[in-house]
Amino acid sequence: MSAFTSKFADELIANAAYIGTPGKGILAADESTGTIGKRLASINVENVESNRRALRELLFTAPGALPCLSGVILFEETLYQKSSDGKLFVDILKEGGVLPGIKVDKGTVELAGTNGETTTQGLDGLGERCKKYYEAGARFAKWRAVLKIGENEPSELSIHENAYGLARYAVICQENGLVPIVEPEILVDGSHDIHKCAAVTERVLAACYKALSDHHVLLEGTLLKPNMVTPGSDSAKVAPEVIAEHTVRALQRTVPAAVPAIVFLSGGQSEEEATKNLNAMNQLKTKKPWSLSFSFGRALQQSTLKTWAGKEENVKAAQEALYVRCKANSEATLGTYKGDAKLGDGAAESLHVKDYKY
Amino acid sequence: MSAFVGKYADELIKTAKYIATPGKGILAADESTGTIGKRFSSINVENIESNRQALRELLFTSPGALPCLSGVILFEETLYQKTSDGKPFVEFLQENGVIPGIKVDKGVVDLAGTNGETTTQGLDSLGARCQEYYKAGARFAKWRAVLKIGATEPSELSIQENAKGLARYAIICQENGLVPIVEPEVLTDGSHDIKKCAAVTETVLSAVYKALNDHHVLLEGTLLKPNMVTPGSDSAKVAPEVIAEYTVTALRRTVPPAVPGIVFLSGGQSEEEATQNLNAMNKLDLLKPWTLTFSFGRALQQSTLKAWGGKKENVSKAQATFLVRCKANSDATLGKYIPGASGDSAASESLFVKGYSY
Repeated sequence: MSAFTSKFADELIANAAYIGTPGKGILAADESTGTIGKRLASINVENVESNRRALRELLFTAPGALPCLSGVILFEETLYQKSSDGKLFVDILKEGGVLPGIKVDKGTVELAGTNGETTTQGLDGLGERCKKYYEAGARFAKWRAVLKIGENEPSELSIHENAYGLARYAVICQENGLVPIVEPEILVDGSHDIHKCAAVTERVLAACYKALSDHHVLLEGTLLKPNMVTPGSDSAKVAPEVIAEHTVRALQRTVPAAVPAIVFLSGGQSEEEATKNLNAMNQLKTKKPWSLSFSFGRALQQSTLKTWAGKEENVKAAQEALYVRCKANSEATLGTYKGDAKLGDGAAESLHVKDYKY
Repeated sequence: MSAFVGKYADELIKTAKYIATPGKGILAADESTGTIGKRFSSINVENIESNRQALRELLFTSPGALPCLSGVILFEETLYQKTSDGKPFVEFLQENGVIPGIKVDKGVVDLAGTNGETTTQGLDSLGARCQEYYKAGARFAKWRAVLKIGATEPSELSIQENAKGLARYAIICQENGLVPIVEPEVLTDGSHDIKKCAAVTETVLSAVYKALNDHHVLLEGTLLKPNMVTPGSDSAKVAPEVIAEYTVTALRRTVPPAVPGIVFLSGGQSEEEATQNLNAMNKLDLLKPWTLTFSFGRALQQSTLKAWGGKKENVSKAQATFLVRCKANSDATLGKYIPGASGDSAASESLFVKGYSY
C-alpha cells in the first residue's frame, strides 16, 4: 500500500469514522495554560489548576452535552485530571460515548526571512508522547499549523513547511494508535475577499494531501480540521450560503473521499455564525463524500464562560448555555438548525482577535 | 480561484459531466496510423486511408452502439474524414449524442539516465492545435503519459515529468475549450503483486492531482483515465471483486470529488475481463463521488476487428459484435452486467502485448 498499515489500522479507521458520526462533533477544550489564562482573565477568574479543572468539569458534566459530541480535545494537564468525585475526566468522557483527544503540538515559531510566517513545533519525542497519551486513554490527536494571507503570503516555504510538518505528525500518531486531526488553519485576518481565501485554501489543502501521501498516511484514519472559506476579517461579511458554497467547493477540489470527516475550526466567528455556516454547508445539495461537522473551542464555550464567571452558583446556568450550543451544532451537522437557539450572553459576539495566538 | 476559470468554464463542466453519464462511456478509436497498421496486419488488411475510414465508419454506424457512448476519441486524420455518404464523422457523432474527442499527444520519448522510462511529447503549439480541433468539432482531448513498475521504477523523475506534462496539457486544453482527459497509465508489465500496483497508482495519482492544482486546472472540467489496479502481467490473476476493491480504494485516496468521471483504460485486458472488472467496481458498496466508466480501445474493438477481417460482406456481423461489447460495458457502468451473456470466445482473449507502444 502507498499508505502505511500500522497494527492500529482498524482501530484508527473505526475511531475516525465514529468521530464523523452525523449529529456529533468535537469540543475543543485543549487551551494551553497560557491561553486558558486569557479566557479566565476575561471573566475575572484566577488562572490556577483548580479553576482550570472546575471549568472542564462544568463542560464535561453538562447535562445533555456529551450525546452531541463524539470527541473532546484536551490539553495534557486535563488528560490526568479528575472530577470532584475523583473520577478521571477521560473515563467520564468514554462512558459518555466521547473519545478523548490530545493536543500534541508545541506552538508555533517564526520562519526566518518571511513576513511573520510560522511553522509548528512538536515532532521531537512525539512517538513516545503519543504512546503515553494512548495509555492514558487518548484516541486522537491535534496539531495546529498556521498560515496567513497577505501580499506575498502564504509563501511556498510556509505552505511546504506546514504541510510536511502535519504529515510527519500524522504518521507518527498513526504508528502509535492516535487518529491525527490535520489542521492547516489559514487565518481570517486581512482585507481580502472570499475568492482569495478560496484560492489559498485550495492551494494549501492540495499541498497537505500531497504531503500526507508522500508520508504514507492512511487517510481513512485521519480527520481534517480546516478553516471555513470566508472573506477576510476586514472585509464585508457574506451570507452563510455563500460561505457554504465556497467552502464545500474548495474541499471537493482537494480532499479525497477516503477522509471520513471534516471538522471545522471556528476561527474568530461568533457562536451563532459558526453554527449557521456549518448548517448551510450541510443543507447544500452537492457531492460531499465526507461528513461535515465541528471542532469548536471558542464557538462552543464563549457564552458558557461568561455565564459561569467562575462562580459555583452559576454552574447550572452555564451548563445550560453549553447544552444550547452543543444542540445547535449537532443540528447543524444534519442541516436542521432553525436558528432558534436561545442566544446566550455573547452568542452573537465576534470572537475574532487579530493575529490570534493560542 | 485556485482554478483558472476562462471563457469556456461552463462548457467544460457541462461536457465533462455529460461524458460521465451513467450508462455511457468512451470508445477510444484514436489509434495513430502506425498503431492501426499493427491491428490491420493482424487481420491481413492493408493499412491505407480508405481502410482506416472503412473501419471507423463500421464502428460509428453500428446500429444501437452510439446510445451506449458519450464520446469517441479520434486520431487527427479521422477528425476530418467522412462517411461514404459524405457526412463528416464529427457531425454524425454529434447528431447521435456522442461528443468527438481528439488525441493530442505526440507519443513518448525516453528519459535519459533512466531504465527505459519515458515522458510524453506534444506541448509545442498545443494551444493553436487545440483551437483548430475545437473549430473542427472536438470538445475533449486525450494525452497518454506512461509509467512502469520495476525494481527502481517509477522513479521520482518519471513521476514528476509525467505529472507536470499532464498538467500543462490539461490547462492548455481548458484555455481552448477542450475537456482534458488526464491519462497516467501505469503499465501492467511485470511480476509484481496487486498491492505494489496499488501503491504505485496511489503515488502517481497523488502527484498528478498536486500538479493539476499547481497549474490551476479546473477539476470539474476534466476526466481521469487511469489503469485499473491489478497484479502484474506475469503474476497470478485475481477475481474482479479484488481488482474492484483495490482500484476504488486507490481512487478514493487520491481523486478529489470535484472530478466528475473516471474513464478506465483497458490496458492488456481481454474484452470480457475489462467489462467484468468495471462491473465489479460499480457494484462495490463503497462511497464513490465520481462515476466509473470506460474509455476502451482494444477492449471494445478486438472481436469486432476479427469479425470484419476487412471484408465488406462481414460489416453487418462485425457491427453486431461491436454492439454486444458496447451494451456489455454500458451495463457494467451500472453494475448490471451479467457475465458470459455474449459467449464470444474472442471476447475472452487477452490483449496484453509486452512493453506495448502505441
